[in-house]
Amino acid sequence: MAVELDVFVGNTTIMDEEVYQLWLDGYTVNDAVKVRMAGGVLDECEANQDVLLSDTMDQYRTFQMCERLLQSPAKLANQLLFQIPPHRQTMLIERYYAFDDAFVREVLGKKLSKGTKKDLDDIGAKTGVTLKSCRRQFDNFKRVFKVVEELKGPLVENIRQHFLLSDKLARDYAAIVFFANNRFETGKKKLQYLTFQDFAFCAGQLINNWTVGAVDNMAEDMDVDLDKEFLQELKELKVLITDKDLLDQHKSLVCTALRGKTKAFTEMEANFKNLSRGLVNIATKLTNTKDVRDFFIDLVEKFIEPCRSDRWTSADVKLYLTHYTNSAHILDSFKHQAVWDRYMGVIKSCIFKMYHD
Amino acid sequence: MPGKLKAKIVAGRHLPVMDRASDLTDAFVEVKFGNTTFKTDVFPKSLNPQWNSEWFKFEVDDEDLQDEPLQITVLDHDTYSANDAIGKVYIDIDPLLCAEAASVISGWFPIYDTIHGIRGEINVLVKVELFNDLNRFRQSSCGVKFLCTTSIPRGYRAAMVHGFVEELVVNEDPEYQWIDRIRTPRASNEARQRLISLMSGELQRKIGLKVLEMGGNAVVGYLQCFDLEGESGLVVRAIGTACTLEKHSSGSLVNTHTHPNTAPASNACNSPSKDGKEPVFGEDLPSSSGPPTPFRILPTSSFSPPPFSPSKPCSRQSSSSDTDLSLTPKTDESQSGRRRPGIFLCPSSPVLSADSLSLPGSGSVGRGHSSGCRAITPPIPSFTHSDSALLRKSVSFTEDLLLAASGMGSGGSAGKEAGPLKTLLRQQTQTALEQRGASSSGLLLNAREFPFFTLTSFPPGFLVHVGGVVSARSVKLLDRIHNPDLIQSSRQSIVRMERKMTGRQRKSQDRLWNVTDEPETRDAWWEEIRQEIKSHAKALGCHAVVGYSENTSICEEVCILSASGTATILNPRYMREGCLDIGSTDHRFDDPSPPSCGFCHIPYDELNMPFPAQLTYCYNCRRQKVPDVLFTTIDLPAEAAVTGKGCLIQARLCRLKKKAQGEVNATAISNLLPFMEYELHTQLMNKLKLRSMNALFGLHIQISVGENMLLGLASATGVYLTALPAPGGIQIAGKTSGDLNNEQHIQSIQKRINDTIAKNKELHQINPPELTEEGVGSPIPEPRHRSRLFRSHSESSDEVSELDLSHGKKDAFVLEIDDTDAVEDIHSLLIDASPPTGFYTCNTETMPGIYNWTTAVQMFTSVRVLRLSNANLSNQSLNKIFTDLCENLLKSFYFKLRSNIPCCLCHLNFTVAVPEEELIQVSVTAVAMTFDQDQTQERFITKGGNETEEQLQFPLELCADSSSTNTQTSSKFSGVPENTIVSSRVSSLENCSPLTEGRPRSLRSSRSFGGSSVTMVKMTPLSFLPGTRIIKYLGIINMFFIRETTSLREEGGVSGFLHSFIAEVFAMVRAHVAALGGNAVVSYSMKDCVLMENPNKNQAQCLINVSGDAVICVRETDQEPMTSMTNIGQSCTADGAT
Repeated sequence: MAVELDVFVGNTTIMDEEVYQLWLDGYTVNDAVKVRMAGGVLDECEANQDVLLSDTMDQYRTFQMCERLLQSPAKLANQLLFQIPPHRQTMLIERYYAFDDAFVREVLGKKLSKGTKKDLDDIGAKTGVTLKSCRRQFDNFKRVFKVVEELKGPLVENIRQHFLLSDKLARDYAAIVFFANNRFETGKKKLQYLTFQDFAFCAGQLINNWTVGAVDNMAEDMDVDLDKEFLQELKELKVLITDKDLLDQHKSLVCTALRGKTKAFTEMEANFKNLSRGLVNIATKLTNTKDVRDFFIDLVEKFIEPCRSDRWTSADVKLYLTHYTNSAHILDSFKHQAVWDRYMGVIKSCIFKMYHD
Repeated sequence: MPGKLKAKIVAGRHLPVMDRASDLTDAFVEVKFGNTTFKTDVFPKSLNPQWNSEWFKFEVDDEDLQDEPLQITVLDHDTYSANDAIGKVYIDIDPLLCAEAASVISGWFPIYDTIHGIRGEINVLVKVELFNDLNRFRQSSCGVKFLCTTSIPRGYRAAMVHGFVEELVVNEDPEYQWIDRIRTPRASNEARQRLISLMSGELQRKIGLKVLEMGGNAVVGYLQCFDLEGESGLVVRAIGTACTLEKHSSGSLVNTHTHPNTAPASNACNSPSKDGKEPVFGEDLPSSSGPPTPFRILPTSSFSPPPFSPSKPCSRQSSSSDTDLSLTPKTDESQSGRRRPGIFLCPSSPVLSADSLSLPGSGSVGRGHSSGCRAITPPIPSFTHSDSALLRKSVSFTEDLLLAASGMGSGGSAGKEAGPLKTLLRQQTQTALEQRGASSSGLLLNAREFPFFTLTSFPPGFLVHVGGVVSARSVKLLDRIHNPDLIQSSRQSIVRMERKMTGRQRKSQDRLWNVTDEPETRDAWWEEIRQEIKSHAKALGCHAVVGYSENTSICEEVCILSASGTATILNPRYMREGCLDIGSTDHRFDDPSPPSCGFCHIPYDELNMPFPAQLTYCYNCRRQKVPDVLFTTIDLPAEAAVTGKGCLIQARLCRLKKKAQGEVNATAISNLLPFMEYELHTQLMNKLKLRSMNALFGLHIQISVGENMLLGLASATGVYLTALPAPGGIQIAGKTSGDLNNEQHIQSIQKRINDTIAKNKELHQINPPELTEEGVGSPIPEPRHRSRLFRSHSESSDEVSELDLSHGKKDAFVLEIDDTDAVEDIHSLLIDASPPTGFYTCNTETMPGIYNWTTAVQMFTSVRVLRLSNANLSNQSLNKIFTDLCENLLKSFYFKLRSNIPCCLCHLNFTVAVPEEELIQVSVTAVAMTFDQDQTQERFITKGGNETEEQLQFPLELCADSSSTNTQTSSKFSGVPENTIVSSRVSSLENCSPLTEGRPRSLRSSRSFGGSSVTMVKMTPLSFLPGTRIIKYLGIINMFFIRETTSLREEGGVSGFLHSFIAEVFAMVRAHVAALGGNAVVSYSMKDCVLMENPNKNQAQCLINVSGDAVICVRETDQEPMTSMTNIGQSCTADGAT
């Protein structure tokens, strides 16, 4: 005696959010049943294991049928097969495109290619995310990447419109796309302490300030590429470290402003030239694609690590960078105020975010 | 040339990729009606083509408009090879033909392919211009409303109920034609779909004609069914109740006698038949003071109409000379006498009468009794070889005829009455079409002949008394269609199908010598059954049968025909004169019984009851007698006084039978049937008692036949009618009193039963007012009988055990405790779990005791198939398996719908089938309706006060608000956080937090978010949607789909296959309703779900037939139709599919 067939179809498609999450997380039906039983759902309704199994299978089937639609969410809204109230559609899409921070951290900045996809089982093993879920997340990244690659206009807005995602999630995807496109190195050991949200924030800063889209809202090029002209102009900042007078002047201005305001003043004073050289060098090298990729590692090596070894607090960093940036405006012979602001604005907020106490 | 049909193809979207190279499709559309076809241009390289075609115009007969669907085929243009079909849409034009219904069909339809399922959508506009006046409609019946709803539709008033209409159409099944061997499965499926669409169109038109001739304007309770008889053909049949409906606003009561249409008609109706019948009936119905007439006794021979139709050599062409035909039944009568001598022995058995006592209130005179009788006397197979000269091979096994046997009493003159009745009845079976002249009288006779009503609920005052359930079954051997002469019965279809049916070339010849006309045979079969039903009703002292339905179960060449209904006395005020055989002075209609109990009062004569019953004075009014239990097939009348709540009660039964062929098989089945009916009845009765209830409503007994077993499933909603006496408990008795172990065992079982009863009483809130002995009237002192196992115990008796022992001796039916069967039976009785807290179940429209429904409804369909791996199962273990299957299904529903608590699963409709030897299939369609617990608590003290607001809120938001949210414009939607916050469940889950927190300024362009472009369409098997008002009935939805796959594994196995098919069917129903401008389907039902699979070949096929009424409904508080807003999205073209 065996159940040959068992289906349950509602006019309004019934979807249990807990089971949906288990499905998204790549649990097999049997594992999902175990998890649900452990969750005590059986007590709710005098059910038994068979009931739970049957329900889980039904739901999994529904999700599988829906998956095709979820991959192009606009279709979900005007398809006729499943009657799903709009707010439930939003939930389905949002969850389908949600990802594990641990997983995305591994993939961030990597080329979204077949090669990477082959490594997913390793990543899965490392992060504890099931392979099935890894695949879904990876395919989501790739799908979003492919779609927005060919579109004009603001990246975040494009993602939100095409995938009907929340603002937050759309921004995260923009970050992922941006990182994948510029191939930023994020996997080095020194960067391990950074979370995806740290990077996502930085990506947002870069997108908003350093891309073509930052200056021209409807530019032909997209938010994913850095503004080449700007990168070129960054070379001009070199004067801040090459011109000895300027460097000294800058230092004294900063030190004057900082004196007495922090315990780390002596370290700041001692390290000023080093740190300034580090930051300006990063700026001047950004025309090289290779150096763009190393942007974050450079920030850590050239700035964050020295500060941390001197036990600066976040407040110290903030204070220092604020005065460091502002003081440059007072330098008479320094003509590149606009570029400086555009550069330091991003650097400042990135470092704030990346500097963990 | 009375009509012009116009169609415009607007656009497509989400089309499948047909050209692998470009990942695109070059789509064009063929629009076909009748034999005319138009094509659109090819829209190259797009999955979202915009054809914006011209208006394609078809000039057609209105007859064709009724029969034919508009057929839209989407194809992929291919320069080098044949064009590939993407899929089709069939659009039923019928709703456009009714002035009151829809005026335009416009919307997105799923493009359906029988192999691939839904493949994209197409936007279509359809209009009809009718030119002529109603008088000219002869062949067509445009304008007659058809409603599946089995009550007078809301917003209407029945000015007149004309009565029963029926029709059936037969054709060859394309699947079984020789050509099927060479054509593709797709072509074969499409031929079938199309044929059935044509046949049901034709059927509807013919029924419409009958209605028009009766002077009606609508068919209510329209029930159409398909019998897939395999090689012997395809039968589409329908029954319904003809009415004259008036919009409620028209107000004042119409005097039925002055109704212009009907007055002359009723005269005509009376003239030919009156002489023969009226007096007979007149005698039947006088007050009980008169001497008992023979008619009150179950006349044996009236139950034995000819087991097969008296053949009509000249059948439909003849306008039936009465004399000629009346001869036939006479001979039959004599035959029946000869044939079954054994039967008459039964009533003499005292055991029997004791036994049959168990069934009194049920009124299932027929089934229960006879089965009881046969439980003792092995039934004599009453099948009769037909006179082969007349009937060819059609052999019928009319086990049902045995019914009469239990009846007390001899044949008598009533038997003879059956003769002329039958002859008259012949006439009506002849299709009205061919004999227009004769038909008017024939039709009216029909109404008179069968005072049947497919309605299940009635306006107040309509129902005077309810007798009980009447049912009849008969086993038939299907005969192959011998080149049937189909030309008359389905002329239209044939002409059109000719192309495909080259094998039908000989048909003109056939007409010359073929006398066995297939529809005639089927008609005759049903007439037999209906006749029997009518006799049963009469035996109960009733002149009408309500809640009437018919169904079949077919396995190979054996077919069980069943019909059942509730014998009643109706108030003639609402009927057309002559429709019912009522003596105008009948006292029973002047009966001032209060409406809350009047219908419970016995319609039959107390001193001369059709069966021994235990009568008491009505507990409500104390003036009239009531039975101790009441079984009915109708809904609980709204005005009925009920104590507590009701619940679903099911009896389930499996019986093995040997595999056999032909007549042997049919005999075996008809021998088993009475046992099954008896067992089912016993189970129902016991379960009713166990729940401390005394009446069943919505009783539906289905017996399904398979190759090696029979399945029986009886479902009903049990309630405690205040007017009826409290049910006695259930008493267990052992045969031997000496054994101490036994005693203990009995006691422990008895305790369990008593505990269960007490628990159920509490659960269903049954606290009837205590009554003193004197008040109870005088129960008729009869031995309390009980079934084989249990003896019911009336409350009036105090001593328990001793009394029982004595009864034990009397009854000869004693529970032997070492009888494992008996123990099993008790266990199975107790195994039925009551629904968990917060759930109620019923198979009727609503649940007594629950009034404050919210607008949240969730309709669902569930199918489960069980494979019996062990071939050597016993009846007992089969029963257990079957019972568990049903119970587990219910448990699954509770679990799945737990978020809707507190809710009631209404209209739980179980259908069983044995699709293959080792398979049991159960399909259920029902609706979960949420209600407001708080208000309920004011009325009743419930234990389950643990419902949090959260739980209450969830379903509310899911269903109710969804319809309103989707009316908001899309831009608004995205900016409305309430949508996500409303459900506290949703927002409480961590993963949802992004939704609720930050989307403050997203001004999403409406382009990408087509979220509101799909109208929410609610579906429900009930005739209403709570909290809403139906403002318009748009037309009947009657759809038939076939789906086939040759890649079963890839589609997720049978479950995956059926799951998506059911979802697709829902989608197509919703799309059609939305295109008609509607927002809901009421009285939805899935009539058939036939699944065939062959996993080894990786193949499966499934047929589904659904029906319902498309409506526009508005919130009770609103004035404006919701659709005016929800339809906005309809016209928007494809978008967002990048």
